[in-house]
Amino acid sequence: MSHIVIDETRCKGCGLCTIACPRKLVAMSDTPNSMGYTVAVFCDAEKCTGCALCAEMCPDVAIAVFKDK
Amino acid sequence: MKQVFQKPESLKDVQTHFCPGCSHGSVHRLAAEAMDEFGIRAETIGVASVGCSVFLYSYFDVDVIEAPHGRAPAVATGAKRARPDRIVFTYQGDGDLAAIGTAEIIHAANRGEDITVIFVNNTTYGMTGGQMAPTTMVGQKTSTSPYGRDQNKDGYPIRMAELLAQLEGVGFSARVAVNSPKNVMQAKKLMKTAFQYQVEKKGFSFIEVLAVCPTNWGMSPLAANEHLGNEMIPYFPLGVYRNTSNL
Amino acid sequence: MSTKLFVKGNEAVAMAAIEAGCRYYFGYPITPQSDIPEYLSRELPPLGGEFIQAESEVAAINMLLGASATGVRCMTSSSGPGISLKQEGISFMAGSELPGVIVDIMRQGPGLGGIDASQADYWQATRGGGHGGYRIIVLAPSSVQEMYDLTMQAFDLSDIYRIPVMVLADSVIGQMKESIVANPRPVTELPAKDWAVRGRREGQSQNVVKSLKLGDGEMEAFHWKMHARYQELADKECRWEELQTDDATLVVTAFGSAARIARTAVAMAREEGLKVGLLRPITLFPFPQKAYTQLTRHCKRLLDIELNTGQMIDDVRLSVAKDAEVEFYGRPPGAGSLPTPEELLEQIKKHYS
Ligand SMILES: Cc1ncc(C[n+]2csc(CCOP(=O)(O)OP(=O)(O)O)c2C)c(N)n1
Ligand code: SF4
Ligand code: SF4
Ligand code: SF4
Ligand SMILES: [Mg+2]
Repeated sequence: MSHIVIDETRCKGCGLCTIACPRKLVAMSDTPNSMGYTVAVFCDAEKCTGCALCAEMCPDVAIAVFKDK
Repeated sequence: MKQVFQKPESLKDVQTHFCPGCSHGSVHRLAAEAMDEFGIRAETIGVASVGCSVFLYSYFDVDVIEAPHGRAPAVATGAKRARPDRIVFTYQGDGDLAAIGTAEIIHAANRGEDITVIFVNNTTYGMTGGQMAPTTMVGQKTSTSPYGRDQNKDGYPIRMAELLAQLEGVGFSARVAVNSPKNVMQAKKLMKTAFQYQVEKKGFSFIEVLAVCPTNWGMSPLAANEHLGNEMIPYFPLGVYRNTSNL
Repeated sequence: MSTKLFVKGNEAVAMAAIEAGCRYYFGYPITPQSDIPEYLSRELPPLGGEFIQAESEVAAINMLLGASATGVRCMTSSSGPGISLKQEGISFMAGSELPGVIVDIMRQGPGLGGIDASQADYWQATRGGGHGGYRIIVLAPSSVQEMYDLTMQAFDLSDIYRIPVMVLADSVIGQMKESIVANPRPVTELPAKDWAVRGRREGQSQNVVKSLKLGDGEMEAFHWKMHARYQELADKECRWEELQTDDATLVVTAFGSAARIARTAVAMAREEGLKVGLLRPITLFPFPQKAYTQLTRHCKRLLDIELNTGQMIDDVRLSVAKDAEVEFYGRPPGAGSLPTPEELLEQIKKHYS
């Protein structure tokens, strides 16, 4: 199944990935990381197409994308 | 399962000091991807400017020379003439390139130096606390234009990509933005073209990237990116302004 | 093989640079040093070198910085207003421990001043000139032969100590023609430039040339390191010339073009039976303090002659024995302000006792 992995240690909680995903599969959590930023979370692995738009928008290269096939 | 997106090799695996949502991170990544694409990491020399991107050497896994404020194109000229077989790029902000370093960029471009210039236009002096830049929008309030930029006193924002496209020495000049996935994809493509120019020895290449500085704009990253699209792009149109080799 | 030549001082500088292996020159026209870029614009390209007439001295010094950072020998030259513009780059080079040769054919100032001979930039040259508290090596030729020899040595000193070197002369020496012996570059063992930025080849670690030092204690450590290096320079690299000082009761001290005229005046004084000598510093930084200390153990009177109102005299006073007297005669720069030997002889007699 296509999915993304968000590196919580790199995420600065800017939220740009949340509006980049055409399927709205990324949301902001309330959990702060070690730098104090509330990190982004991936919601629904079922629907992810592996299009990588979320990752392309992330200024901190915090998202790795895996695609089926 | 195939990994289709990962950190480019030319970027070190470290956290940057940039503020949340700052475009510098995206521009670093796009430049590093272009280096990976052409396999030039081991032969690249970066020239850092003075601005929020001064720590170029902390993030790019390439040799780096630090230039005085605005002088990166002159430093790059010296390096490239001495080592013509290396890939030399500068990475400069709008204060650095379009104010204090105007002479150096114009003449490096006009000589047609075989270098690539990455110009990050965030309409402000990010590093020094958000003062007015030569690219600050008319009416934009900054810490030194508290009443908003007044075109009668401060002039109009400079469009560098168009200006440099007038020079015969320039091979490639383009303006891109990193405020939306669509624009990022276009920026990615043209960043590669900019490096391709140098790899194929086709002459001076210049890529202006419209960027956000959420911290000094006093906006959230989301609002800043929206602002870039609504306010900056109409004044600083995206596009390729010169492409002499049709790459 | 050594060749005999009859050339201008400025040409000797350019020839020596080429002999020293310098293939990269960056400059901007300004009188009285334009013979240097003119010569190199003609001679470097056939040798596979690069000559760039930069858009300004600011650009030229930064091109020097960029080329030097990649490990090659390179040079720039200028005068007065142009040297002022170069100070930003010189400070960055000093802060980045970059070698590089800067030739200053002094003209008058302040401001646009004039193009005649002057020694008004002694302070600017020997005190660093730019911000941050650093020193550069300063060599002061006094003949066309020395223009050649010292320019050649400037490259070695700069590479060995990783400090920019300035060759400080003026239009008298730059424009005058003399016979010289153009000696080939001596074989000197030089340290490897493993710090140079050449693109990190596989397996090699990243090289960074920078002056920004934000780490805890990093800047302080840098300053102490450079302080020690300046001390090493003072111990090992001071150069000076002494002429008939052994029995002298009055010693004239002067550098560069002023020393040429003083030399004639000293010879005239000797002919009249006066026990007069000459002490001529060749390195202005490091300043040959020891030469003055030793000399003033037996000779208690010095006459310092400069083409300014008194700049080197600061260093002379710091170097002499406590009970020595230092007199001064200066001719501040200006058209027609070059003193004659007779004029200096008169000064010698005035202070001779
Ligand atoms: C000669 C000189 N003048 C001023 C400065 C202070 N300074 C540092 S960065 C900067 C402006 C940076 O703005 P910009 O180039 O737009 O880069 P940004 O931080 O926005 O990316 C200034 C004025 C300096 N370092 N050197
Ligand atoms: S890869 Fe595409 S679909 Fe999947 S989360 Fe990212 S943007 Fe959404
Ligand atoms: S774009 Fe990147 S840094 Fe910003 S919230 Fe998403 S994962 Fe975090
Ligand atoms: S101040 Fe602005 S330009 Fe600098 S890192 Fe922060 S957001 Fe980026
Ligand atoms: Mg800026």
